[in-house]
Amino acid sequence: MTFLRQVVTIVHKDITAELRTKEMFSSMFVFALLSVVIFNFAFELRVADAATIAPGVLWISVTFAGMLGLNRSFVLEKDQGCLDGLLLAPVDRSAIYFGKMLGNFLFITVVEAIILPIFSALFNVNLIQPWVLAVMLLGTLGFSGVGTLFSAMTVHTRAREVLLPILLFPVVVPALIAAVKLTAGLLDGRALADMTNWMQLLIAFDIIFIAVSYMTFDYVVEE
Amino acid sequence: MATIEIRNLSKSFGSHTALRNVDLTISEGEFLTLVGPNGAGKTTLIRIVATLSRPTNGEVWVDGWNLADGAAQVRQRIGFISHQPLLYGDLTAEENLRFYGRMYGLSDLPTRIDEVLQQVGLLARQRDPVRTFSRGMQQRLAIARAILHHPVVLLLDEPYTGLDQQAAAMLDEVMQAVGATSRTVLMTTHDLGRGLVMSQRVAILSAGQLVYQAPRADLDEVSFRQIYRESVTG
Repeated sequence: MTFLRQVVTIVHKDITAELRTKEMFSSMFVFALLSVVIFNFAFELRVADAATIAPGVLWISVTFAGMLGLNRSFVLEKDQGCLDGLLLAPVDRSAIYFGKMLGNFLFITVVEAIILPIFSALFNVNLIQPWVLAVMLLGTLGFSGVGTLFSAMTVHTRAREVLLPILLFPVVVPALIAAVKLTAGLLDGRALADMTNWMQLLIAFDIIFIAVSYMTFDYVVEE
Repeated sequence: MATIEIRNLSKSFGSHTALRNVDLTISEGEFLTLVGPNGAGKTTLIRIVATLSRPTNGEVWVDGWNLADGAAQVRQRIGFISHQPLLYGDLTAEENLRFYGRMYGLSDLPTRIDEVLQQVGLLARQRDPVRTFSRGMQQRLAIARAILHHPVVLLLDEPYTGLDQQAAAMLDEVMQAVGATSRTVLMTTHDLGRGLVMSQRVAILSAGQLVYQAPRADLDEVSFRQIYRESVTG
């Protein structure tokens, strides 16, 4: 219970700070909204069926918006030496990892929750379906899991805004492909049972990479 | 109360050696000031003792716990104050202390928070965001953060950085009030004069090596400055 309490304390701290400034949320939301609108205009004249491109556009928008949030997450800790403050606490370092990861997951999910209805209206697709939402959550979980680790790695570098996407994107490609395939299939009306290989890939990615991130986080944050 | 024991400590960052075979012991209740020029390795050394950095070689013991396998126990026993306050600017003073108190698993947190804020003279500002605090006030709140969990060892890394004379004097008062001089303390500073005032023993680190140490009682500021000049240039 102590471990869980520490994770919750970190998440609570991040939520409190974010509610006060809304910096992370506003940058992610505005970026995602702009992406969705620009993609809508860009493809409208050339693509007869928006549903064919909707899954890809959705995940591109979510991924790039999420990247802004991930970057900001550890910049806030680096500011005023707060990351040292976290590392000085007598807690398992994995509590710090899970606390930051859950915070990132929560913020990205909130942005998705607001963007999805707007996206559905602009692209004339129904994304508010149980399995589509499940795929969104699983894809976001894997992205947050790996992204939190890489954000901790790159926060000490000067070119972190550039380095994070360069390092992160190749790693999350399997999850992105699986998420796009699943979303496309569900929007086409295919049964989930016909896409178990993609679902297995997504779930396996989440489990493996969150486990790897948890095991390596200690070495990433310590000098 | 506690001891700090550093044995044959070395730290390298790639090809650069920041610390070379440092041996240092700080007895229970002793206040040791470590001085040295920029790049001497003072911050590296204190960050290793604070478990923020791993040594390349050697051992560090804090209050009977070896850093290699008792890091969590060491963290429970140390309070760390650096030139950065380790505080979240968008949270209030009270929220910062509540966060750290929960991370340290403290009970009766509201009472303890009021107590430390009273000691550092910031009780009236507990509901103000830390980003509205002056540098001196942030450093006082940093002391409150560092002593919240009743640490037996205080590690102070250049705590006077960025403070004017008045703020530095206030910091001295606060450190006296929180019992800094009755705990085991390791402080690094550029300020030779202030370092001598607070400490019972002084040591000089130069180019990663401990080149001098002596009891404070054997020194005055003039002779110490002379010894310092000779130690870091000789």
